[in-house]
Amino acid sequence: MAIGLTWNIDDADHMTQGEIYGEVLTRLGSENPKIVALTADLAGSTKIGAFQKKHADRFFNFGIMETNMMGWASGLAESGLIPVVSTFAAFAALRCAEHVRTDICYNKRNVKIIATHSGTSFGPAGTTHHCTEDLAVMRAIAGMTVIVPADAFETAKATAAVIAHDGPCYVRIGRSFEPPLWKNLDFDWEIGKAIQLREGTDCTVIACGPSVLEACDASDRAKARGLAVRVLDMHTIKPLDKDAVVRALMDTRRIITAEDHNVLGGLGSAVAEVIAESGKGCVLRRLGMQDRFSPHGSPEDLQHMHKIDADGIEETIAEVMKTDFEADEDWEDEV
Amino acid sequence: MAATQAEAKSGGLPAAELQRLTGIAKRVREKILHVTEKSGGGHLGGSFSQTDILVALYHKYMRVDPKNPKWEERDRFVLSKGHGGIGHATLLGDMGFFEEVKLEKFNKTESIFGMHLDRHKVPGVDASTGSLAHGFAIGLGFAHGARLTDRKWHTYIVISDGELHEGTTWEAFLSGAQFKITNATVFVDFNKLTIDGFTAQIMNVEPIDKKIEAFGWYVQRIDGHDFNQICEAIENAAAETERPSCIICDTVKGKGVDFMENQPKWHYGGLDNELAAKALAALRKG
Repeated sequence: MAIGLTWNIDDADHMTQGEIYGEVLTRLGSENPKIVALTADLAGSTKIGAFQKKHADRFFNFGIMETNMMGWASGLAESGLIPVVSTFAAFAALRCAEHVRTDICYNKRNVKIIATHSGTSFGPAGTTHHCTEDLAVMRAIAGMTVIVPADAFETAKATAAVIAHDGPCYVRIGRSFEPPLWKNLDFDWEIGKAIQLREGTDCTVIACGPSVLEACDASDRAKARGLAVRVLDMHTIKPLDKDAVVRALMDTRRIITAEDHNVLGGLGSAVAEVIAESGKGCVLRRLGMQDRFSPHGSPEDLQHMHKIDADGIEETIAEVMKTDFEADEDWEDEV
Repeated sequence: MAATQAEAKSGGLPAAELQRLTGIAKRVREKILHVTEKSGGGHLGGSFSQTDILVALYHKYMRVDPKNPKWEERDRFVLSKGHGGIGHATLLGDMGFFEEVKLEKFNKTESIFGMHLDRHKVPGVDASTGSLAHGFAIGLGFAHGARLTDRKWHTYIVISDGELHEGTTWEAFLSGAQFKITNATVFVDFNKLTIDGFTAQIMNVEPIDKKIEAFGWYVQRIDGHDFNQICEAIENAAAETERPSCIICDTVKGKGVDFMENQPKWHYGGLDNELAAKALAALRKG
């Protein structure tokens, strides 16, 4: 496979995203003795604890002290080790923002942050445990690679890819109960390369994380109504696959972004920047939290509330399709 | 129990060695004045309070090679109180880690030196620091990584008393003891001042030796300007195998220049020709 995966995940259908992450990291740890795993009293919740069972001598639980853990991870990398740090996204990206920025990225340390319970995936826990700002924060840090796998299979691919990648990485996954997008690991996945999951020329939905599956469902529903809606799985927020965005812009002229994140600063903003710089006209709708905190609730209810489920995306597709574009022979020359 | 100053003083360096280290420290302080004058301003107070600690480390204990700053087996050094960068860089230049003349451009856009040193630019710097209470954890990570990869290097970390206000510092003390990081030595440059005034009045940290000791560390408290005490404490720390070591160095901010000593305003300052000459005269007078 493209990124050198050499294993099969047994019973993947029965494992949660987090469990697969823990399993994959444990296997990678067997192949690569440089990997060390760190957590802050969330070994069980983030599933990084699976690594501990097999590699106890390379597993370190810091208790509830996230900022020190990030600096420590930076230091561990000095000796060539590859520290993998897991805690909830709210703590990894927000509480530790300066430590990630200064200790890890400014110091150019090869640390991998696998942040769980991102977005509203830990919905019932309430806003303190949501994290709908991390993509904005991590994307703004120079040198950071930012990845949002769509499901557990992509998490497996992403985990292997970031270990192989030289430089700091932030991988954002959910609480672990998200439904799978893929059926197995038999697909190509590469950092910075969007995956087109549905073809279409009427409209494009660019999504990341659990919103990708919802976008596919919305596209399938639209197809029944005669619409061809392209779906891009934009699993890498940085570096963004700008070519895929521009192709969508040229081919469909209607773009919807969907993310479990504030619409400010995340995927929607990244896509908007590409569109603005292209000089081309386009209808753009950004779905996510509309500059508000999400209340508590089940993830499914919250996705519905924020219109990032299939219903909300379908509704938005219908809305943008009301916009007509005149035939424009000079389209190629508009820049 | 923390060793008292009297106990720590029981050793004693040979007179020639004491004279050598004292002479280097004096030379480095004079150079710091010069670089500050050229740069337009510098963190003089903290650079002077830390100088004797750094001179003892770099000129007597640390295994480093100025001609090969990236030597893999070198001992690591983290100036967690990164605002002491002008003092650290001056010492590195004095040792020949880079052409000393480059220090004339300190703080200038085209220079490799900003006031907080960048490890990717300044030869001999192992961690880019500046924001307080970051370097301590990084340094402990250096040491932990050395142990995990069977490296022999030792890590020396210098923190400030102001950093003792930050919660992350106490996280580092907790975890240093938990993971038994005995291949690192932490110095507190306890100069009693922060930018706004006296530490004790702004946010008191005393009794600091008892606090750190209660966190599970081997603590020594010494006069951070007495080379006999500094050297003995470093050797005591090296001999300790059960607990991580912290050496609290009672120091004087602005040490060596009478009108700067214990003056909050000399946390950061500039020198014109007249002031620089006055400061140099004060230094030489001792």
